[in-house]
Amino acid sequence: MNLTVDVQENEGKSVVLLAGEIDAYTAPKLKETLLSLTEKEGNKVEVNLEQVNYMDSTGLGVFVSGLKSTKENNSELKLVQLQDRVYRLFEITGLIDVIDVDKTVQGGY
Amino acid sequence: MDAIKLDLSHYRELLKQYINTQDESALYEAEQISKRSIQHNISLEEIINTHINALEDIYPELPENIQHSMSFLLEVMISYGLALQEFQDLRETQLEIKSEISVAARMQNTLLSTVKPDVEGFDIGVVSVPANQMNGDYHHFIHHEDGTVGITVADVIGKGIPAALCMSMIKYAMESFPSEHKNPSEILESLNRVVERNVDPSMFITMFYALFNPAASTISYSSAGHEPGFYYHAADDTFEEIRAKGVVLGVTDMAQYRQYEREIHAGDMVILLTDGVTECRQGDRFIESEEVLEVIKSFSHLSAQELVENVYKHFEKLQDFHLRDDFTLIIIKKDV
Repeated sequence: MNLTVDVQENEGKSVVLLAGEIDAYTAPKLKETLLSLTEKEGNKVEVNLEQVNYMDSTGLGVFVSGLKSTKENNSELKLVQLQDRVYRLFEITGLIDVIDVDKTVQGGY
Repeated sequence: MDAIKLDLSHYRELLKQYINTQDESALYEAEQISKRSIQHNISLEEIINTHINALEDIYPELPENIQHSMSFLLEVMISYGLALQEFQDLRETQLEIKSEISVAARMQNTLLSTVKPDVEGFDIGVVSVPANQMNGDYHHFIHHEDGTVGITVADVIGKGIPAALCMSMIKYAMESFPSEHKNPSEILESLNRVVERNVDPSMFITMFYALFNPAASTISYSSAGHEPGFYYHAADDTFEEIRAKGVVLGVTDMAQYRQYEREIHAGDMVILLTDGVTECRQGDRFIESEEVLEVIKSFSHLSAQELVENVYKHFEKLQDFHLRDDFTLIIIKKDV
């Protein structure tokens, strides 16, 4: 399965649009893009997961690395428009309390 | 190198036979020569040389220009010969790596081995199967002197060998905790600090830790972001998700874990698992947790060990016998 990663610069923040599946095969590409953005001092990064229908725990690892990188670089990371199944992963793992995750869920699969 | 010489006279006879008759059997034999030559590391250049020599033997009057063309062919094939040699070297290296990994996997099995408790009044079943050679799932039973049993189920995020190595660290950290220190919340808080300090930022661990007290028929537990297990109520034949709040190990150093307790009644079951169970997929379809519970229920008349093994076999079959993720399932049944 594939993942497309598209970055748009929008009113002083970097918006990352993802579509597809995040798993062990696609995670390295996402990690590279995400960290290049969170490593910019003070950057605001918003990741839109509306088109992500599957994510496994490797994907969580990518966002945890992203979170740690924001703390070192004084940048910000926010995840928005998560589908139910993906949102549930953040909820179960308790990461919802440490990563800024938009609580409005898209529903459907 | 155990290279043996290509048999020139055999090659010459075969070539002669084929030139004269265009016989299929000579072609078949040629194919066998090619296979044997690869097995015995005979180089491409040597085969072409043998061919040239055989041709010269068969046709002593071979025109000089044909001989020159053969030298030319020999030159053209040199890079292919080198590539083949490289391929063979890689294949050997790969075999070495594979055998080293299997040694590591065996060592992991020894290091992480655990003994399923035999507790009066309860029946316990365990199955844990890695998707690849090394298991990123972990389960462990700690037998305390007062008869209580510590039960750990964990999943290291970040797969393969690093995950497996990390598990050994966790096990030894847990064993180094003093024996009076066995409350699930305390154990997770201590482990969280160990993982936070010692593990790569993209790696973290989900863990469910339970302290099972057979004498009192209770189980107290805390969860560090682990896939929730289930509790089966025999009285009304229903399942309930075992929810416990807490963040995965290794993300923040200040994490605190809530501890919960419940009583286990006759005929009830405590079901602990990893996401390899609930993330099963059949083709593109996800298997919903209701379906997992249906399957558990359908085998619930069996002993706990037969139960978990049958559930595993069911999902293995659904996924065409190819697990995507490590699979661990523990069931504790209270006798009626």
